[in-house]
Amino acid sequence: MSAPAPKRHQASGSFSGGFSWAMARDLRLAWRHPDEAVLTVAFFALVASLFPLGIGAEPQLLARIGPGVIWVGALLAAFLALPGLFAADYADGSLEQMTLSPHPALGWAAGKVAAHWIVSGLPLTLLSPLIGLQYGLSPDTLGVQALSLLIGTPVLSLLGGACAALALGARGGGMLLALLALPLFVPVLIFGAGAAEAQATGLSATPHLSLLGAALIAALVGLPVAVGAAVRIAVD
Amino acid sequence: MTAIWWKSWADFWAMGGQAYFVWMSFGALLVAIVVELLLLRVRRKRALAAIEEERDLEAEN
Amino acid sequence: MNWFHFSSPSTFYGLAGRLAPWFFILATALAAWGLYLGLLVAPTDAQQGEVYRVIFIHVPTAWMSMFLYFIMACYCALTLVFNTRLSAMMARAIAPTGAMFTFIALWTGAFWGRPTWGTYWVWDARLTSELVLLFLYFGYMSLANAFEDPRRGDRAAALLALIGVVNLPIIYFSVQWWNTLHQGSSVSFKGTSMHVTMLTGMLVMSASAWMYAIGATLVRVRSVILERERRAQWIRNLPEASA
Repeated sequence: MSAPAPKRHQASGSFSGGFSWAMARDLRLAWRHPDEAVLTVAFFALVASLFPLGIGAEPQLLARIGPGVIWVGALLAAFLALPGLFAADYADGSLEQMTLSPHPALGWAAGKVAAHWIVSGLPLTLLSPLIGLQYGLSPDTLGVQALSLLIGTPVLSLLGGACAALALGARGGGMLLALLALPLFVPVLIFGAGAAEAQATGLSATPHLSLLGAALIAALVGLPVAVGAAVRIAVD
Repeated sequence: MTAIWWKSWADFWAMGGQAYFVWMSFGALLVAIVVELLLLRVRRKRALAAIEEERDLEAEN
Repeated sequence: MNWFHFSSPSTFYGLAGRLAPWFFILATALAAWGLYLGLLVAPTDAQQGEVYRVIFIHVPTAWMSMFLYFIMACYCALTLVFNTRLSAMMARAIAPTGAMFTFIALWTGAFWGRPTWGTYWVWDARLTSELVLLFLYFGYMSLANAFEDPRRGDRAAALLALIGVVNLPIIYFSVQWWNTLHQGSSVSFKGTSMHVTMLTGMLVMSASAWMYAIGATLVRVRSVILERERRAQWIRNLPEASA
């Protein structure tokens, strides 16, 4: 995947310039090679259908475990998509070119993560109601489930993006990335699955969703800097 | 503040019937510290051996 | 006193070697006093019985697991901001001891929980976040050692440690934020709920854990310095390195 280099004549870089440039570039690449997005979604659907086959298909049991299984499945699918975020650009040197661009690392790093979320987290969110139907979740629960994924998956992409950049070129590959990213995903999983769970058991999902929203705001404020810094560490 | 709480050593080891939980906890800490101190020793020996090795290699060249 | 003098690995190597034994001596003396108070003198707890004595190691190790992570994160911040070599070495030296204390805090918690709660483990906020802390230590150590270039490992792991700092307030406040099985803090400095011998014993054991952690870190940082600077002439001139 050869990268169209950032336009040199744009002497002064900006956050929005870097963001939109990197996001457009990665979305274009994803559009040309849609297999990765398709595989992510397929993996999610597969994992979610393994549980009824493995645990048992009694409707009550499925409705009980559904919210948690869907969240864990989405989390694992989002995790497996992480290496694709930086690996190719790191290997062919376009990541290094980006660090030389006039735009701040914060901008294009956030843009890449945003593009990554659009091709992994967003499809997972959109697919989740269908999977939820297979588990016999009520319409309310389906809605809360999708909402919690909509708020939660960007946090996963940001946390995972930072970890994926840190692990570039490291020994240990995917296992190392799992050790770095999955513990950080834990709070998101708890609040996310907790929201749908609360809705399914007749409690209010609002506390969980607010905590998830707070996590998203904190992640949006703090993590793009971390992703940018991690890429710089990897490229230096 | 200085009076011993226990009537006998047997009493002490029995820990009011909860000896298993108490000594599994204190024992684990003891084991962990011993293991860490051993690992510290091993690491220092290895580091010194690596310096030695490197010096020998350079002497050969 | 010129602190920058000691921030060079070659000077710190000697200083750490001279200080470490004193910290181990202090740790042993404090542990002897603390264990004497905690295991022999302190009266039994009316509600929990003798098993409450696990508190004398559970609370100090749990405190240390968080303190050590915090201090490690501070060294990591120094590493990223000033690119100082010694701070990265210190962070690497703290991590294994921090992981050890975290593991013991979880282990002793389990053996305390079994007779008091009826279960070794619950997935409540305090226990889960402490478990995450253990994985953060493991992740830090793995990432720090995952690169050919140790400086790259220093910086990557430092950033990871700083991201993980958000876990500390979650552990600390989890008992208040979520009403879960884990009991709240027994030590409140306004009118303590504890017997004075118990409180003294616990604080003495905590001081001992501190001293041990410092001693172990100083010994380990000496090995880290030896590993990293093994081509430097001053290392070769060391009496212990010249057989």
